[in-house]
Amino acid sequence: MSVDSYAFLPRAFRAMFEAEPQFDHEPVWAEFEVPLGQARVGLLSSAGMFLAEAQEPFDVERERREPTWGDPTLRMISEDVVQSQIDATHLHINTADLLTDLNIALPIHRLAELAADGVIGETAPEHFSVMGFQQEGADVWRNETGPDIAARCHAADIDALILAPA
Amino acid sequence: MPVLARVIEEAGIPTVTITMMPVLSQKHRSSRVLGVQFPFGHSFGVPGDVAMQTRVLRAALDLLVTASGPETRVDLSEEWPGDAKEAYKSWQPAEPSPIVAHSIDAIRKARREAARG
Repeated sequence: MSVDSYAFLPRAFRAMFEAEPQFDHEPVWAEFEVPLGQARVGLLSSAGMFLAEAQEPFDVERERREPTWGDPTLRMISEDVVQSQIDATHLHINTADLLTDLNIALPIHRLAELAADGVIGETAPEHFSVMGFQQEGADVWRNETGPDIAARCHAADIDALILAPA
Repeated sequence: MPVLARVIEEAGIPTVTITMMPVLSQKHRSSRVLGVQFPFGHSFGVPGDVAMQTRVLRAALDLLVTASGPETRVDLSEEWPGDAKEAYKSWQPAEPSPIVAHSIDAIRKARREAARG
């Protein structure tokens, strides 16, 4: 099966994505060198999830005022999170399903099961949550949020990161 | 997200991107791309479907192990189990996002101006 990137996209949006340029930068590559059964694996989602009691929501009020801006900040979600702690703010997707099961975007519990089964070594102690749709904020992602995530991966000895754009 | 994938990979951490729009990740020349034909916001599948979520996650881990060089794309052979038309509607927000509303306003304005000629 060949995935149709536009299957679930409203037709009006298609031209916008098709117009995105093909980047001519060289691809980057980090070798995955650890046996999977010994690897510490982390997750990153851009579905706008945060801890309802402990963290600030992503700033969608500013996005409403400035439509080309998206909140580029980072939230950390612990490996032992439970569903009732999760909330989400995202103006580009319906978050109702996420609020019943975070694993559809950030499969923290599935990854823990694979660690228990020995498929991976262990899960990262904390996983990463950002909010997608970045236009003006993309520079902050590139220059601040991205390097911060990478530094946190190094500090936590994370061997690989699974990214799930929402 | 391709921006983050690139920065993180550049810092030496291998990444796999699971995406509904693999064509976009390819434009950015992302390293390892797993395409899924699922509604947005549902990269790993249906709420409560543990088996499906695990299959998708395992496919991503497989790609981590098997990809031998940059710009490797694999498409998951799994169709959305529910009604596709319903899923197409239900992933979308109740109101158009600010950027979409802003763009629609701009298009209408341009049309009005064109009509006035």
